Amino acid sequence: MNELRRHLLRGGASAGLLLPLLASGLLAPGRVFAADAWKREAFAARSSADALKHLNIAGSTETRDIVISAPEIAENGAKVEVDILSNLANTRSLLLLADKNPMPLCAEISFSGNALPYARIQLKLAETTRVRAIARGADGRTHVAFREIKVTLGGCGG
Amino acid sequence: MSEASRIRVQIQGDIADIRVLMQHPMETGQRRDEGGKAVAVHFIQTFAVRLNGQPLIDGQLNTSVSKNPLFAFKARNVKVGDKLSVHWTDNTGAQRQDEITVA
Repeated sequence: MNELRRHLLRGGASAGLLLPLLASGLLAPGRVFAADAWKREAFAARSSADALKHLNIAGSTETRDIVISAPEIAENGAKVEVDILSNLANTRSLLLLADKNPMPLCAEISFSGNALPYARIQLKLAETTRVRAIARGADGRTHVAFREIKVTLGGCGG
Repeated sequence: MSEASRIRVQIQGDIADIRVLMQHPMETGQRRDEGGKAVAVHFIQTFAVRLNGQPLIDGQLNTSVSKNPLFAFKARNVKVGDKLSVHWTDNTGAQRQDEITVA
């Protein structure tokens, strides 16, 4: 995708037209052009550690500034609502992982413009698990928060 | 064909609550149907929420997101008359885009 963007910027469109837009910030790279390709390796990873490795995330600082709201006990693992809110300034994206799911990485949500770093997502949870939310800042630094969700009926069959 | 995403925006003071329901089976590929046949993996991989054509939310999802998932997001400076669109692409290459005008 980066290659395509460079090609577009260099050759495909008039530099004279694009440069003032880039300079003014109206055409921030990576925003106007299509979003990143689906991160296959990270999503297919069989452990949270592997998923994070594929996302180039190491050593996130644990914080209370990411708030995960979720039921303590989920009776139906097929639909568990998880709310994530980051109170950290400059949060650009949130990652949600369920450690005990066969493929732990559930979602990555990125925020632009006037979006607030908040998301509510409905998950399938295979069994009782720790979920973790990771906030990635504009500086690339990451913070993490954890929460345990008990599941009485797993959701991966349905 | 896929059914329309349902989009609802509620403005409360400074902040808009955005709710999006994407109608999709979100099959994990691990389930079997009544006849015992494996159901093929089928799930939304990427989606984008745009406000008046400008990016607001970009998401990447796995099979572990629920069937017909409901999402909620929040944003500032959303006004009556703004256009809010939701676009998704699934693992089979199917796509869908729906748009509402904020009322």
